[in-house]
Amino acid sequence: MQTVANTSGVSMGEKPPGIEGAGFFATSLEKVVGMARKNSIWPLPFATSCCGIEFMATMGAHYDLARFGSERLSFSPRQADLLMVMGTIAKKMGPVLRQVYEQMAEPRWVLSVGACACSGGIFDTYSVLQGIDRIIPVDVYVPGCPPRPEQIIDGVMKIQHLVETESLRRRESPEYKAMLNKYGIE
Amino acid sequence: MEVSSQERVIATLKEKYEDEILHVETPYNFLTITLKKEKIVEIIRFLYESPDLRFQYLTSLGGIHYPELKQIAVFYQLHNLYSNERLRLKIYLPEENPVTETITSIFAGANWLERETYDFYGVIFEGHPNLKRVLNVEDMIIFPMRKEYPLEDQTRDDKNDDMFGR
Repeated sequence: MQTVANTSGVSMGEKPPGIEGAGFFATSLEKVVGMARKNSIWPLPFATSCCGIEFMATMGAHYDLARFGSERLSFSPRQADLLMVMGTIAKKMGPVLRQVYEQMAEPRWVLSVGACACSGGIFDTYSVLQGIDRIIPVDVYVPGCPPRPEQIIDGVMKIQHLVETESLRRRESPEYKAMLNKYGIE
Repeated sequence: MEVSSQERVIATLKEKYEDEILHVETPYNFLTITLKKEKIVEIIRFLYESPDLRFQYLTSLGGIHYPELKQIAVFYQLHNLYSNERLRLKIYLPEENPVTETITSIFAGANWLERETYDFYGVIFEGHPNLKRVLNVEDMIIFPMRKEYPLEDQTRDDKNDDMFGR
């Protein structure tokens, strides 16, 4: 039996730009923090319907969100970094979703998965919230009814990009505070 | 339900409440009796307690809006579990003031059904222990299943062409 050295197939994360020499590597703190955060996002799944089923497939072995450092789901909003809203949000559910968002610590991101969470979808009716961005700010929208796991992963990768490149001071900026105020959050 | 037993139910009911019966029909072989609204609770109690009829299970209760009649109907579906017979009762209430008496004293299960009927049609069930909305948000000001209210969410402004019914 032949043994094959398995070294070529493993790829490491990309290095941020910096100055490299013998035994040292210098870059800005912001880039290191961004890289660390990017690869350890703890998602909070807020799954109400069929998009939640697609999310389960996304978390399963075949698609495996663990490859992106997000295998650890946080079922407490206080420790979560990313709120993943998947499914129809009825108007009665709106205040619950908002409270979950308010309980999350900064920095926090929101991924809206599926047509219903993004815009109400086919449920253009008096009882359904016409998009979660009416009550909480959304970072990335994933369209589809429901989106395939590849699309959800693409959305997570877009979030990763935001997490990596976001300025450490963004959350203190007046623009960010004004944006939250627009939603009536603090 | 067989025709003979349907006739037996009608006969038993007519014996005592002849004047209350407005109309009898059997759509899809489902005996449906339209009654005057005043004595509905008394009649349901009679159907429950009568040893011949024993309609002791409430399958459902709900509302129907008839905008052309300007009336809101309340229907009651009763079930005799001994002989597997079913019966539908129907009363009509005026649209501007739909008030009737609660049947929670007979069927405890009518509690949520009456709340639902209030929630969607605005029917007031007098004597109900907790008549408030059950499914919709509490601050809703309309009764959404009445036909004068549109189905669609009215806060959207991006679907205003003829394709979306606005």
